[in-house]
Order: sequence, then structure tokens, then C-alpha cells
Amino acid sequence: MERITKDQVKHVAHLARLSITEEEVDTFTEQLDNIIEFAEQLNELDTEDVEPTTHVLDIHNVLRKDEQRPSLDREDALKNAPDQEDGQVKVPSVLE
Amino acid sequence: MSILEESFSEIHKKLHNKELKVSELVDASFSRINEVDDKVQAFLSLNEEAARNQAAKMDEALGTEDTRGLLFGLPSGIKDNIVTNGLRTTAASQLLANFDPVHNATVMDGLEKAEALTIGKLNMDEFAMGSSNENSGFYSTRNPWNTDYVPGGSSGGAAASVAAGEVSFSLGSDTGGSIRQPASYCGVVGLKPTYGRVSRYGLIAFASSLDQIGPLTNTVEDNALVLGQIAGHDRRDSTSADVGVSDYLSSLTGDVKGMKIAVPKEYLGEGVHEDVRNRVLEALRVLEQQGAEWEEVSLPHSQYAVAAYYLLASSEASANLARFDGVRYGVRASEADNLIDMYKETRSQGFGDEVKRRIMLGTFALSSGYYDAYYKKAQKVRTLIKQDFDQILEKYDVIVGPTAPTTAFKIGEKVNDPLTMYANDILTIPVNLAGVPAISVPCGFSEGLPVGLQIISRPFEESTVYRAAHAYEQAAGHHKAKPEL
Repeated sequence: MERITKDQVKHVAHLARLSITEEEVDTFTEQLDNIIEFAEQLNELDTEDVEPTTHVLDIHNVLRKDEQRPSLDREDALKNAPDQEDGQVKVPSVLE
Repeated sequence: MSILEESFSEIHKKLHNKELKVSELVDASFSRINEVDDKVQAFLSLNEEAARNQAAKMDEALGTEDTRGLLFGLPSGIKDNIVTNGLRTTAASQLLANFDPVHNATVMDGLEKAEALTIGKLNMDEFAMGSSNENSGFYSTRNPWNTDYVPGGSSGGAAASVAAGEVSFSLGSDTGGSIRQPASYCGVVGLKPTYGRVSRYGLIAFASSLDQIGPLTNTVEDNALVLGQIAGHDRRDSTSADVGVSDYLSSLTGDVKGMKIAVPKEYLGEGVHEDVRNRVLEALRVLEQQGAEWEEVSLPHSQYAVAAYYLLASSEASANLARFDGVRYGVRASEADNLIDMYKETRSQGFGDEVKRRIMLGTFALSSGYYDAYYKKAQKVRTLIKQDFDQILEKYDVIVGPTAPTTAFKIGEKVNDPLTMYANDILTIPVNLAGVPAISVPCGFSEGLPVGLQIISRPFEESTVYRAAHAYEQAAGHHKAKPEL
């Protein structure tokens, strides 16, 4: 049985903002199908009454007062930006 | 013997007695790198000018100050997914080939306070995804014991640089075995602390519920010293635990009399190489002679750990790596004329195949209609795996087994089969899922390649891990063997 189709791989690549060639679609479909088949061994376990673990520590939200504090200055924040103009990050057009 | 293979206490004694200067230590580090790193390829960037200047200043201060940092003058290497202010940090990805951080990871502040020196940044599998360093976006690090073999991964550069005597210690990160497995393959000591023991602030995130930074060193004592400088609560990482840091050195008593050791039968069964099994059994006899007791136990859900891990870690990675979009940092693809295409081209050109594969697996496992079947199922299995550890560690002080089922494999041997590659991590992954601390300590050789002994204990009981590892190391003496390059 096919666990993941080529169309699904293309869809997932789009969601993950990856462009992949037709050749890559073939390779990734086969490899992901194998990995998902391998992962399906988890279905051997009855987990009906098992709580999911998201975190091993007993953690909770940490809150702080909403006070103004120094943060990165503009020069530092822009230091690694590939393109910038007038102290702001510049990107290609968002709307057609 | 290279000065960098000597223990911290030996080095500090020589500095104290003025037989050695910090600048000579730094010299030794860079000349060793010049001599062997074209073969080992452990480093991605060097910090030579800054390290030499700092060393000169420290030499001036030598003899004038009574109190010094516990890592005073020691040359260190830092895995390249730990951000270092003003020192290029790439996570071994082409996407970050030009990234120049504007702040330090919290662990770097710890090292700075302890007066360690940063020699350079270490090669790894891209974004820590891999077990061989073959997924580096730049070049593959090689195993100092035999350069046709992988050093393990993802902290391959961190393990190889210590084994090759290029630095006194290194910091790595461990999400599914990425400190312990390369430590095992390269014959050094590597600790993955309890989840939450060390701040992850400034660690480029792979899987946030699993990632931990830890030290790689020549000896257990050195390892304990480094951990003491980087452990502790950090308000900048809300998953760092507000639990006091023990005096790890004081746990190195050499006394394991009455210590109860559990040996999971799953860790010595099928798939574990005979030589590896024998080295572990020999190590257990050494511990037994020192008064420890061991019994065979079962961690019945071990076989499901790899599958659960790849779903969970990939899901978390797919979210964490969304930030690499070419907007605020990184190498942006230039040809796109709208935003979505710019994202896609930047990511497709910048990421390697393994990273793309895991992002897609994670995106799939989290996508509508598949979330319950894959992601949530894996979280439930994680609970079962954690319960296995909780139950055993209620009755036993430590769990002992091999770190990896085999010794290092040849470069290229497993590169085309992701699933075979994932199987290397079968004995280390459960530890990350359970969040407990574990060490890999050298326990001998198989056909000239090192074997690692894994010692696991309860959450925040790094002291117990160190006590057992140190007693074994001192009795067995395998840490004294060094590769010839």
C-alpha cells in the first residue's frame, strides 16, 4: 500500500516552503514512504489510555512583568539581513 | 603526548608552576590544527586572532591573581550550532554560510566566566541531523582513529577535535545521541545532561523537547568540571530547570560499592556487534570487582524508540526550521521575484537532502488528517518509553549498556539509506525521549576502533553518572589510548 503519494509529497513540500524537482519528488516519495512504513510499527502498541508526553519536565508558563527593557539595537538586528533599505528588512513583493 | 591530551588539573598545575603559559597552550592548539585538521576536518571556523590576544592578556595576569576561572586558559572547540558573538555560526548549513551572530549562547557566557578560550567552531551534520557528519553542508569530518571512517554525529567535529588533541574540550549538542555516539566512535568522554540541566538559549534549535548541550572531554573529571560551568537555570530559557547544580567533582570518589546496575537485555541483543557486547560485559566485570552489582532487566518499549523519535524530532524540526527563510539572516536566493518563491528558492538551495527529508516528514506528521495517527501516537509511545526508565531507575542507580550497537562505519557506507543510518541511534534515542542524563565513556576497542560504554541515571543525577563513569575509567584506563595521526 502506498502510504504517501507523489501529490502529497508535492503538497507537503509546498507547505514547508521547499521547491523540489520532479526527480526529487520520486526520491522523496520512496524514502518518506519507507520511513512512514517503519513508523507504523507504533500501531502494534495499544495506547488508548496513555497520555501523550510533550515535555519530560513538569513545566509551566513563565511570566514576567511587561516592562520596557533594552533589546537588540537596529544596527545589530539588521546586521545579517540579506537586503535592507532605510533601516528596515527588504523582501520581494508580497502581492502580485 | 600533546599538552592538550593532558587533564585540566595537570595543565593547571603546570600553569601555576610557571612551566607553561596560556599562549603556549593556544600555540599548541593551533599548531596541532595546522598539522592534522586537513585530515580530520573537524573545524569550520577558527578564532585565532582573538584567542591569541586573550591568551597574551591572561599570561600577563598569570601569577598576579589568586582566584581564577576553573577552565582558565583551556582551549575549547564549540559545535557550530551554538551561537558565538562575532564568530561565524553556520550549523554546517550553506543557508547560514555567512551568519555572524550578535549575541552569545548562555553556555558561552559560562565558559567565558570560567576563562576558557574559544579556538574555533566545529563541524557537524547540518542542523544536527545525522549520525556520521556526512550531512555537513561543507565537508565530512573524519575519525582520527582511521580517517576512512566516520567520526559519528551529529557532534562529529566536537568528538574528533578532542580525540585528535586539537583542543582540551568541546561542547556538543545531543538530540538523539549526537554527543554520546560520536564520543563512542572517537574514544572520548561525552555527556548528555538531563533535559533542562543546561540552558538551550543560543543553541540553534532542532527538536526543542529533546535538545541538550553537553561537554566532550578526555576524562570524566574534565567533563564534570565543564558541566559545572555551563549548568543551571537561565531566565532566557524557560525550559531550563530551577534545580541547584551539584558539585560534580565531589562525586568522583571512586566508590561504587553497593551501586545497583541495571543492564537492559535489549541493549545487548540482536544487532549489537559481538565485540561491542564483549567490551560492555568486560566493563561490567570491572565495576563488579569494585563492589557494584548488576542484573539483567528489560526496557520493553526500546524497539519503538527510533520510530517515535523520528516522528517527534522531525515534527519539531519542521516548525523550528521555518525561521530560515532568507529574510533576517542567511543566504537569500536572488532570482525570485515574489516572497513565496524567495522562501522556496532560499530553502531549497540552502538546505541539504536530509534536512529537507526531515522537514517534509515532520510537516506531513503534523498535517491535518495525519496528526493523531503519527504525531500524537508518537507522543504516547514516548510516555511508555519514559515509564520504562522511571520503573527501572526506581530500583537501580544506573542503567549500563553500549552507546552504539557497532563501532564507527566507513564513510559512504550508509549514506544512501536513511533508515539504516537511523538504526545507529537505537541505544541513545530512548534516553532523550525519557529526558534522563547519560554518558559515553571509552571501554576498549574492536579492530582498532573505539567502543563506548553508556551509563544512564535519574533526572538531575549527573553526579551518579559521573561517579560510576569515573570509577570505571580509573580502573580500566582506556581513556589513555590516543590515535596516531
